[in-house]
Amino acid sequence: MPEEAFRAEARAWLEKNAPAEMRDGGIGEEFVCWGGKRWKFSSEAQKTWLMRAAEKGWTVPAWPKEYGGGGLSKEETKILKDEMKRMKVRSPLESFGIWMLGPALLKYGTEAQKKYFLPPIARGEIRWAQGYSEPNAGSDLASLQCKCEDKGDHWLVNGQKVWTSYADKADWIFVLVRTDPKAAKHDGISFILIDMAAPGVSTKPIRLISGASPFCETFFDNVKVPKEHAPGVSAIVGEINRGWDVAKYLLTHEREMIGAGGGGLFATRGLGEVAAQEIGLEGGVLADPLLRAKIAQAEVDGWAFLLTIERMKDEAKAGVGMGAASSVLKYYGAEFNKRRFEIAMDSGGSKELEWEGARTNDGKLAKSWLRTKANSIEGGTSEVQLNIISKRILELPDA
Amino acid sequence: MPLVLTEEQQLLRESARGFLDEKAPVSALRKLRDSRDAVGFSRPLWKEMAEAGWAGVLVEERHGGSDFGFVGAGVLAEEMGRTLTASPFLSTSILAATALRKFANKSQQDALLPKIAAGEALFALAVDETSKHRPAQIAMRAEKSGNGFRLSGDKTFVADGHVADKIIVAARTAGAPGETGGLTLFLVDATAKGVAAERTEMVDSRNAARLKFDRVEATGEDVIGEVDGGAAVLDGVLAAGNAGLAAEMSGAAQAAFAMTTDYLKQRTQFGRVIGSFQALQHRAAQLHVEIELVKSVVLKALQDLDGNFGFAGITCSLAKAKAGEVAKLVSQEAVQMHGGIGMTDEYDIGFYMKRIRVAQEMFGDFAYHADKIARLRGY
Repeated sequence: MPEEAFRAEARAWLEKNAPAEMRDGGIGEEFVCWGGKRWKFSSEAQKTWLMRAAEKGWTVPAWPKEYGGGGLSKEETKILKDEMKRMKVRSPLESFGIWMLGPALLKYGTEAQKKYFLPPIARGEIRWAQGYSEPNAGSDLASLQCKCEDKGDHWLVNGQKVWTSYADKADWIFVLVRTDPKAAKHDGISFILIDMAAPGVSTKPIRLISGASPFCETFFDNVKVPKEHAPGVSAIVGEINRGWDVAKYLLTHEREMIGAGGGGLFATRGLGEVAAQEIGLEGGVLADPLLRAKIAQAEVDGWAFLLTIERMKDEAKAGVGMGAASSVLKYYGAEFNKRRFEIAMDSGGSKELEWEGARTNDGKLAKSWLRTKANSIEGGTSEVQLNIISKRILELPDA
Repeated sequence: MPLVLTEEQQLLRESARGFLDEKAPVSALRKLRDSRDAVGFSRPLWKEMAEAGWAGVLVEERHGGSDFGFVGAGVLAEEMGRTLTASPFLSTSILAATALRKFANKSQQDALLPKIAAGEALFALAVDETSKHRPAQIAMRAEKSGNGFRLSGDKTFVADGHVADKIIVAARTAGAPGETGGLTLFLVDATAKGVAAERTEMVDSRNAARLKFDRVEATGEDVIGEVDGGAAVLDGVLAAGNAGLAAEMSGAAQAAFAMTTDYLKQRTQFGRVIGSFQALQHRAAQLHVEIELVKSVVLKALQDLDGNFGFAGITCSLAKAKAGEVAKLVSQEAVQMHGGIGMTDEYDIGFYMKRIRVAQEMFGDFAYHADKIARLRGY
């Protein structure tokens, strides 16, 4: 379909179907619809919007139609997102199923797995958690020990995962487990899908420095996982003992997302505006010259970063991109986001340090500032990204 | 427009790279320096570049140019940045060609653009009067005198000022230093009575001069754009110049970085190649990321100049600021990672550090352009 025709169609559909309450431009935790069996909709409008979007396939516009998607091309997906942004329409659904498991299943899943697992993700019926890190497997993820034994008709899983996002609210979990303890560390890992309602699965939220508990510890105590969740639907994604390939592919998606967050969600130009409001102008420029310099530097870097996201997308489309671009974006996006929030806290001064109370919406900025500190840790630390860049792109030798 | 080069632009890059590697490697600049060459670049090489369409890269075909556009010009500047090629490309083919094509009248264009394309005339742009780029501070006077003007004042940091045939000079027809209004751009013959050029030997061994104007006669026909309307002309010309310098510095930074990673893979200490040390790997990886950001802003600025010339100033400032800052960082890290050999004149890396230092200063450094962006954003 020609671009302009699709734009008109998308606009008309959004106009007709996106409820007025869902058109406030709300971005951020309190506006997100995560879906899942236990999801409590914040309003009737949120529910209606999810149902209508899912019906159209536009919760996951780029996925094929047969798996609950919209079957849109990359260009059409971008147009739809542009239009949603322009009309300030909230995203109907966000989830780890959409960001991570979906792409991994589309690439590595069998036809039966795709048909069984993808549509409930697209409809927001099943909420997924990610079981990757362990207490002794963080940056060195491939040293993970969570055990998975072949017991004939089922798998038996024993071990612990940590930093499992929202595991206490999730219905299912995708987990990296060790299926061959004798193989080299990257070779004995499998990627398995587990129903969290199974006996022996338990979770415990972790309280963070921001006061929130978005992450959990997740325990597997003699958990029996059927070999097939339904006839022909294997619990293992990809080949047994080749789970590392799936894990790496999925991490690439995660990194791009975290990286894009550094520039995508908030415009840097806001920093100067906010500072001008808080601190005031003198002779037409911000009254604090050193803070002004920091903001201007951040604006240059933030803008350069946004253009780099755009360029790398364009290069990927044109097929001239280089590998490991996701590490470049993850590294810079995470570091930049931290820097941005440090500046926002500098601008806010003592007011933004009020942890409770209506004046700061219970320390909203301060909590976000603390949250950004995880950006350079989650999904592979900044140091791990630099390792990847130096090895894969610069081809510097191992020690 | 997608932020990628078109196929035609990629081909231009490949052919430019082959040409420059063969005919103008860093050793050519070294030779110009060591022989104290009076011109400061190779005239036969410039002739060849003109024949390849480089001199007229921004000149329309009807004036004999190749008309590759600003992205094309940036591709060439970037490639010349890799090899540190000394040429009149910036002053003649970017600055003067932009001034003439975008702001001059028809008779000026018809007379001069074909000469630029043919490599027959060299130009220089004279703006700065103080050691930091502050165009609003221009004090040079252009006094009304009969039907014309008389220009008096001093200019500094004028690239190719001692070899140019024509000088485009910014002078004040009204207002006082500090005001952007009241500036006018004049085309002056280098041989005109009262013009004196002193070549300044620079850190980077590239061309620059101080110029003195003593009651130099000019007429209304020598004005580019409107009398008192020079600020707008200067904005457009300097935007193009800054994008060109940013592209050149991107190329120089990429070349210096490539030399450095090669060195990290060869140099052995403590029984292992030093590139296996994580302390160096992480610094190298950070430089790689910064260079990726530079490539993006440079291409964006060049595309904006082609697509929306009147509004390209801010992205050109962005490109110049980011490219200058990163290129400086890369050249410093390059010398450090090379260790002692990086400090020797015999090794080429020092030439990159020197050129980048000069290029980032020309037409406004990081602070100048970041300040400009901040003001445009209201803080």
